Amino acid sequence: MAKINNKTKIEVTDGVLIPARDDSSIFSAWRIAFYGAISVLVLLPVLSPEPYCHVFKFVVGFNEDWHFDFASSGLVKTFEVTVLSIICALIIGLLVGLGRISRYPVINRICTVYVEVIRGIPLLVQLFYIYYALAKFVKIMDISAAVIAMAICYGAYISEIFRAGIQSIPKGQMEAALALGMTRSQAIYRIILPQTIKVVLPPIGNEFIALLKDSSLVSILAVSDLLRRGREYASTAFYYFETYTMVAIIYLILTLFFSRLVAIMEERMKTDVNQG
Amino acid sequence: MSTRVKVSNVSKNFGHVVALNNVSCEVKQGDVFFIIGSSGSGKSTLLRCINRLENVTSGDIWIENDLVTGPKANIRKIREETGMVFQSFNLFPHLNVLNNITLSPRIVKKVSIEEAEEKARILLKRVGLLEKERAYPEQLSGGQQQRVAIARALAMNPMVMLFDEPTSALDPEMTKEVLDVMKDLADEGMTMMVVSHEMGFAKAAANKVVYMDNAEIIEMGTPQQIFDNPQKERTQRFLRNVLRT
Ligand SMILES: Nc1ncnc2c1ncn2[C@@H]1O[C@H](COP(=O)(O)OP(=O)(O)OP(=O)(O)O)[C@@H](O)[C@H]1O
Ligand SMILES: [Mg+2]
Repeated sequence: MAKINNKTKIEVTDGVLIPARDDSSIFSAWRIAFYGAISVLVLLPVLSPEPYCHVFKFVVGFNEDWHFDFASSGLVKTFEVTVLSIICALIIGLLVGLGRISRYPVINRICTVYVEVIRGIPLLVQLFYIYYALAKFVKIMDISAAVIAMAICYGAYISEIFRAGIQSIPKGQMEAALALGMTRSQAIYRIILPQTIKVVLPPIGNEFIALLKDSSLVSILAVSDLLRRGREYASTAFYYFETYTMVAIIYLILTLFFSRLVAIMEERMKTDVNQG
Repeated sequence: MSTRVKVSNVSKNFGHVVALNNVSCEVKQGDVFFIIGSSGSGKSTLLRCINRLENVTSGDIWIENDLVTGPKANIRKIREETGMVFQSFNLFPHLNVLNNITLSPRIVKKVSIEEAEEKARILLKRVGLLEKERAYPEQLSGGQQQRVAIARALAMNPMVMLFDEPTSALDPEMTKEVLDVMKDLADEGMTMMVVSHEMGFAKAAANKVVYMDNAEIIEMGTPQQIFDNPQKERTQRFLRNVLRT
């Protein structure tokens, strides 16, 4: 694996194009897409309430009088799965990332094998596998199975980000800490990880967006997320095209919104680094 | 004077590369022990074996009565007894100057914050940077960073300071401010091992000079003996080359 220095941005191929202010063409493309999507989201239900307005209410979780119903909201479910998964994936990713730079060969090997195995299996297959494997032993809530599967998968990718981030910190930092009498774990906790955070936050933001998109896969596990609510609506009302148009638009708006957020965060980090 | 550091028949290999070949030397309390030699001759490796950033392949090193080498050595105690200053400063960029200095006393020696900060301010005053205690490393010039790094090492009350080319990354003006600090330290009786090519500083501050080449100590003596009257042909050639550039 190639080492990267402190200033390198860790590139993640899976994300959307991230708009940054110095890249005006992507930024305006982002604007067109984002405001375009919002206009479509507003115009379709206004111009043609049947079925678009009903789809929107059904999927996002409003009842007939526009009262928000938390329990039946596909949007809330999607966020629930995404946020819980990313939290678990971050914990797994940090531990495995540290394991991969461990001096103990056994830990090192276990973590590397985990990453290789997980990255070699499609997420959808993992979801099926974990769901039915777990079902063999315990009766598990649908959303937990989904979160466990997503976390195990994304933990592997995020561990790579942590590992690359940790290795991007110059070797002299660890040496200086050791020379001052710190133990290796003190040095990692006090010196290396605080510097790693800045490097890994943007790529982790991208993983969050990727996970948000991939969370739609859990609709096969009887989790009533955005996509599944759409399927439920479509299969009773037979408005397939209209329903999936709305679902796609909602995903697009979410993704674009968060990618902008990540870009802003990245810019902040840059100026933070420059100003100290 | 008692012996602070004793290096006895130390060899160090990196795979097939021999970095130290049967090196022996002694540093007494208060010595300013100067190490010169061409690139790759093993100077850094010698310093790094003394605080066990590297493990020797064979031979023994003592600091006072503590055996540095060997499996039962108390590595943390050794690292507390030695302060190291690096060519690239290696300040912690996410901590301000004060925290750079106080972190290790606090978490390694369990000194209270107040005590650690008081000590840090005394040291910052000594290196002439008291007004910079809230600054972050990147806001400082190279010379200022290196002086903070020296203060940071001193905060652990080391018995011997190891300097690995402390001024090689600095321009002449900043070199002088760092060397001035080192000269003060030497005058106060600090035991120091210094890898450097600053011959002027060696003449002014060192009491022992060692010339290394090809993983071995070739010649050892006072600054006058080594610089003005070197006995070995290799030393003469090295000095001629250094003086010419
Ligand atoms: N970690 C390492 N792995 C492999 N070889 C190394 C390592 N560190 C040093 N060496 C080799 O050991 C030899 C001595 O290196 P060392 O850094 O001690 O030299 P030096 O005298 O400090 O040189 P310089 O003036 O360039 O700093 C060199 O041949 C170097 O390539
Ligand atoms: Mg060196």
